[in-house]
Amino acid sequence: MSALARTRSVALAVAWRSLHNALTNPAILLPSIMFPLFFFIAFAGGLSNVQNAPNFEYGAGYTAFQFGFVCIQAAAFGGVFTGFSIAADFEFGFARRLLLAAPNRGGIVIGYTIAAMARALLVLGVVFLAGLISGMNILGSFADMLALIVLALAVSAVSTLWAAGIAMRLRSMQAGPVMQMPIFILLFLAPVYVPLPLIAGWVHDVARFNPFTAILEASRGFIEGEPTKILISAACLAVMGVLSALWARGGLRSAEAAG
Amino acid sequence: MSAAAISASGVVGQVGLLAGRSVLHTMRQPAQLVFPIAFPLVLLGVNTSGLDAATNLPGFPTASYLDFALAVPFMQGALFSALNGGQDLARDIEGGFLDRLALTPMSGAALLVGQLGGALFTGVLSSILYLLTGLLFGAGITAGIGGALVLIVLAVTICMAFACFGTFVALRAGSGEAVQGFFPLFFVLLFLSSAFFPRELIEQDWFRTIATYNPVSYMVEGIRSLVITGWDGKALAAAFAIAGGAIVAFLTLSSRALRTRLVRT
Repeated sequence: MSALARTRSVALAVAWRSLHNALTNPAILLPSIMFPLFFFIAFAGGLSNVQNAPNFEYGAGYTAFQFGFVCIQAAAFGGVFTGFSIAADFEFGFARRLLLAAPNRGGIVIGYTIAAMARALLVLGVVFLAGLISGMNILGSFADMLALIVLALAVSAVSTLWAAGIAMRLRSMQAGPVMQMPIFILLFLAPVYVPLPLIAGWVHDVARFNPFTAILEASRGFIEGEPTKILISAACLAVMGVLSALWARGGLRSAEAAG
Repeated sequence: MSAAAISASGVVGQVGLLAGRSVLHTMRQPAQLVFPIAFPLVLLGVNTSGLDAATNLPGFPTASYLDFALAVPFMQGALFSALNGGQDLARDIEGGFLDRLALTPMSGAALLVGQLGGALFTGVLSSILYLLTGLLFGAGITAGIGGALVLIVLAVTICMAFACFGTFVALRAGSGEAVQGFFPLFFVLLFLSSAFFPRELIEQDWFRTIATYNPVSYMVEGIRSLVITGWDGKALAAAFAIAGGAIVAFLTLSSRALRTRLVRT
């Protein structure tokens, strides 16, 4: 069996197990669906009047504006929740047996990433349905929606690799806040409630350089049918992808060294 | 804490012993202090900048979103106190401390009130810090110095109300996981309230209806009234009544749950 085939075999086995666990255990699946759904309801429902503020410009309406955020948030948090599962696997000893059994350990991380992306697809589907039920305007074409999904899946992969790096270094479920907080803070230091020009104070200065700003703007551009910031968000995701892959590889080495 | 020491002290002394233990426990775990205090302040900063444009809407009650949102950290701090207090008690149950305490002459009332000492401590400390941070960044308290003092008393009362709920869940379920499981519910209550937007300006009818029936709205509005309106007796009475009522209700329920738990053990 070639190295590639061994990696694929491990990745698919880990992905299947991780997905099976998530889909058969409501305690794992529900939070990753409920959190984005809840944010969507709370923000789109409670803050919609913000769209009437002077200079708020977004053609598809506030529900769609928030949907753009929630898609990215759901994808990012799906990765973090997968990180929780990896940490749990280490805490209960399963991951150590997996490290012993896997002919190619890089496949383990790839498997968890595939599972996170599949979970993100499911969550996006549920949130999209909620958006449609609430009367959300989708002005983008089918191709725009596909591009939005690809964008969200890339975010999911990056956040999974980040969370995996933490989980494999700390190997404890107590590492949860360490995985969650940086993503949470990065997301909320982007234009969550209003477009970038309407953000005031220091958050505006931070948001200008926050990679999630470009990603959110690209996401909202696809929904509005006016794609924007595609290249810059792709470049940001590529850089974050490489860095988080290196971070995850370091975590794997750390877990291997710990035995 | 020996049985003799417990026996020698009256109920007040017993409360003091347990409250001291609870405060010490909180202080020895920096995560229990830093996170409940820092996280709401970070969110306050983010929301103040992110939703500043909302103050340009006709009818928005103040020109500064910081003034409007200053009430929110007090609520979030209360939620974290409830979580921490409940988890501490659940840990005492899981670790057998409550069983050992049941063998001493410690009264049930002292146990309940004493256990809330840590939450009270966190509540007072965090309320003062939130207020000072708000003032430092330019928030004004329209009700003046007296209003600031009432604000702290109200915030601590709300904190105790949530802590009593956390205590009830811990006693009823006896597990830290169960207490943790209620945390999202607290956040749902906060986000589906008028915490981030004035009720009268909420566009969606269904959301405004939920916010109107959500008791958290009235607690937030009580604190907010002191910051942006001045002395609003109606808002303050509603906030104190709801928080006070919750304390009485959950302490009563906790007392029953404690009796059941001690019988079980």
